[in-house]
Amino acid sequence: MVTLEEIKEYLKSYDGPEINIMEVCGSHTAAIAKNGIPGILSPWIHLLSGPGCPVCVTPSSYVDKLLELAMEPGNVIVTFGDLLRVPGSTPVNLSQIKGKGARVEMVYSPLDMVPLAKNEPDKTFIFAAVGFETTTPAYALLIDTLIRDQIQNVKLLTALKTMPEVIDHLCANGAPIDAFLAPGHVSVITGYECFEPIARQYRIPFGVAGFKGQELLAAIYGIVKLVGQGRVVNFYPSVVSRQGNAAAQKLIDQYFERADVAWRGLGVVKGSGKLLKDEYSRFDAGSRGLVEDHKANRACCCDKVLMGKMKPTECPLFGKVCTPMTPQGACMVSTEGSCFTWLTNHRTQ
Amino acid sequence: MESIMCVALPGTVLEVKDRSALVDFSGNRVTAKAGLVDVKPGDSVLVHAGCIIQKVSMQEAEEMTALFQELDALEEV
Ligand code: SF4
Repeated sequence: MVTLEEIKEYLKSYDGPEINIMEVCGSHTAAIAKNGIPGILSPWIHLLSGPGCPVCVTPSSYVDKLLELAMEPGNVIVTFGDLLRVPGSTPVNLSQIKGKGARVEMVYSPLDMVPLAKNEPDKTFIFAAVGFETTTPAYALLIDTLIRDQIQNVKLLTALKTMPEVIDHLCANGAPIDAFLAPGHVSVITGYECFEPIARQYRIPFGVAGFKGQELLAAIYGIVKLVGQGRVVNFYPSVVSRQGNAAAQKLIDQYFERADVAWRGLGVVKGSGKLLKDEYSRFDAGSRGLVEDHKANRACCCDKVLMGKMKPTECPLFGKVCTPMTPQGACMVSTEGSCFTWLTNHRTQ
Repeated sequence: MESIMCVALPGTVLEVKDRSALVDFSGNRVTAKAGLVDVKPGDSVLVHAGCIIQKVSMQEAEEMTALFQELDALEEV
């Protein structure tokens, strides 16, 4: 079997046709930068960051709605930390209005809301339910628990996205991609079979990858060898199977339905998200119709970065006006955003 | 600030009670929801946003060997 050294040697000395590989998952973007992987690759192999950071692809109207809900007396906004500093259609963010009297709590799991809500029945707890397929089961489990425990004062403001549809959208709209690193933890839930029709249609290989340096290198090696072939190969078999987690899929389907949703910079992509079904609308804080997307700074190029058409370093604001302390676009806010990880790891290629 | 949204971490199940499990992450103990996967003490599991999303399989090494043999065979075609 090929050794890690041989893989590194192969990827370093590769001198075939130029290859663009997109990593679609924000955690991959972060892991690639942390492990210094661009420096191990031949100058003919390019890694592009895709639309896989859930915070970065949330449209401004979602953030505006969240801010509006936060200002209503009696509401408590609950979120994962990353969303605190994302600007909506104005530069204002959740963290600033928190200072102005809005109540915002940070948690580790959506399920942590259950005791909070039980303790303060006179308040309405609204979870900023952002995420991809990996996180959606946690929201489904939350709804399950709310129904079982008859808790009335918890709602979700959802911005739930699905990967296969947006990848299809990129391929159909001319994103310059020869191979995909498929998102490892999304595939844990969905199974890797969901990428097979796209791989076949566009003759692009997908390598499902883990998050350690050697796992990423193995997957990159594999898809470089498979360029031009519409195959999906699983380089993360310890947790990913072809069918995924059936129990999680079933629970998601019980509460959520497929929907056309908006992505920051990409607009509305058909069937690329989930919304609570009508019969569970009592748990919805107003997630439907949040499709508008205004840039806080008109020069921000997040849309092109998310499609792999531009590197973060090519944005005129990168590292000057736009920094992690003064983010102009969502890609600079999240620790998994392309612009954030490129800047903080001094990545240039 | 550490992003926790997409990160999923492997840990070891110490005990299972109702629909929750106590999971050890090299010394850090966390309670995670066990509703999506059947688990028992000793299982290695992947946890995301407070939920166990999969068991970590131990056959991985064999599968990877087979995969790389296949990839290497591509070169000889
Ligand atoms: S550097 Fe800032 S302004 Fe430019 S694309 Fe990235 S987030 Fe947007």
